[in-house]
Amino acid sequence: MDRKNLTGLYFWQGNTACAEGAIAAGCRFFAGYPITPSLEIMVHMNSRLPELNGICIQMEDEIASMAAVLGSSWAGRKAMTATSGPGFSLMLENIGLAIMTETPCVVVNVQRGGPSTGLPTFYSQSDIMQARWGAHGDYEIIALCPNSPQECFDLTIKAFNLSEQYRVPVIILIDGFIAHMMEKVTVPDDNSIQIVSRNQPKQLADIPVDSKPDNLLVPPMANFGQGYRTHTTGLTHDEHGYPDISTEAQNKLISRLIDKIKLNSDKIVITEQTCLDDADIAVISYGINSRTAVEAVKRARKNNVKAGHLRLVSLWPFPEKKIRELSNQAKKIIVPETNMGQIVREVQRFADSNTQIAPLNNAGGEIITADKILKTIMS
Amino acid sequence: MTTYTLPDEIRKIRSHYCPGCGHGILHRLVAELVNELDITEKVIAIAPVGCAVIAYDYWKFDVSEAAHGRAPAVATGIKRSLPDKVVFTYQGDGDLLAIGLSEIVHAANRGEKISVFFVNNNVYGMTGGQMAPTTLSGQKTLTTPYGRNETEIGPPIDILKILQDFKNVVYLARGTVTSPKEINKTKEYMRKSLQIQMDNKGFSLIEILSPCPTYWGMTAINALKHINETVVKNYPLGIIKDE
Repeated sequence: MDRKNLTGLYFWQGNTACAEGAIAAGCRFFAGYPITPSLEIMVHMNSRLPELNGICIQMEDEIASMAAVLGSSWAGRKAMTATSGPGFSLMLENIGLAIMTETPCVVVNVQRGGPSTGLPTFYSQSDIMQARWGAHGDYEIIALCPNSPQECFDLTIKAFNLSEQYRVPVIILIDGFIAHMMEKVTVPDDNSIQIVSRNQPKQLADIPVDSKPDNLLVPPMANFGQGYRTHTTGLTHDEHGYPDISTEAQNKLISRLIDKIKLNSDKIVITEQTCLDDADIAVISYGINSRTAVEAVKRARKNNVKAGHLRLVSLWPFPEKKIRELSNQAKKIIVPETNMGQIVREVQRFADSNTQIAPLNNAGGEIITADKILKTIMS
Repeated sequence: MTTYTLPDEIRKIRSHYCPGCGHGILHRLVAELVNELDITEKVIAIAPVGCAVIAYDYWKFDVSEAAHGRAPAVATGIKRSLPDKVVFTYQGDGDLLAIGLSEIVHAANRGEKISVFFVNNNVYGMTGGQMAPTTLSGQKTLTTPYGRNETEIGPPIDILKILQDFKNVVYLARGTVTSPKEINKTKEYMRKSLQIQMDNKGFSLIEILSPCPTYWGMTAINALKHINETVVKNYPLGIIKDE
């Protein structure tokens, strides 16, 4: 496949890098609705995708955007949309349908302050829980959180790969700060980019289609228009796609949808650590605040304080094991977030009860500075 | 003598629709057309949320359900991704005209090369007989126990009137299923809609006035009479636009 990557070195903002990451991953369909601060992703796709026989449509709203993304994915394309807070709220209806129908797709949420119209032009990290629990019903999801334009590129490729492999929508939670920050971005050559595509049933016109889950608990996906005569439904269904409205079918289906993420979380979770091996004070952060947190830890080390940093590169599924281990080692865990305390609750759930947990919050608009984090480390 | 047999495209299973419902006839018409136009491996359908939510239980070709009202947006994603396929939505009046009004209007205005089969039975059937945007003035439903009041709720909406001036809409027609003659007419409207799509001409929508004896509180026969005598006065039959 000709991916037509712009191999080379660039000075890009996070949104542009995210769009190019999608193209590198094989994304050839984008549907969206203008909203700040994610807009540059759609604008970039509008000019780039037609060159590559791709499609970029501006839809009437975010509901229709997400619906079109599902249609395109069912038709066999790698598809994406990008939005911000208010638009993400509207997309959740169809994100739920994507979860239930196991539809690979990527949704970028460039977070701004909320609720409602909130702070359209100021960044936040306040949609972490909405990404996890926003659609109704029980489910697991994958969410990634880049902290640089380079990672906006790299993690968007990763997002498509995970989405195709696990047949689940993958949410990229960029904070508005990273989306508009400009930095050096390296686009590697085609051969060094690993691309994963969905497994498909082995035989055409196999009715009902071969839908036995693989060892990751993910069934092969029959695309529309290939002759499988496949059915896709948001109703509780059996393994062939036919509705089965019974508690047995519901428990079987939902358990597998959860287990395919939960039991494979070791393969999905991505973390990064700095000075953590001997740390007795740990900072756990993500997105923009992971950059200031590392700085704070380095300064603390200069003051002979054994501080360390754990960065959550993926936010969902949550790295439960890692938090348990860390809480056995550290006497204090600091969690800086540009929200009123979302990930800190997860840390509290899995940490040892003797570990002191210190949240450090801002409701939106401000980075948690290295000075502030250092002060909490030293206090 | 003509022998009518079920086409291969329809599963021979027991219907979940109420006695006297129009969906059974329309599911069969769709399956017959897919068979006659020889597009079984090319057709992709999008089912609504409403009584026809499990349309895919009956059809043996690619079918997906969309979230309530979103079928035209899903169809847009599918058709743009696979322009050689024949894509149609099958939607009820709550799905298409209430929650999905934005999706249908914008898909039509963009001129998406899809066919829309719009089944209008003047009522929400699946949820138990509430008012629809198409409910007639004065009609009693579960949520209009004193009859639909035009000054409070507005008159019923005619989607064909809304769409007829849209530049990219090429064909609009309204049929019904009250007699074999009307069923055949409706089938020809639907055939033309699919043919227009296969000729890459543009957007088309066929509205079908369909009976709901259960929530109209009528016998099946009286429901058909009600369409012929009253419903058609609100929603005139025939070809509304053909360009």
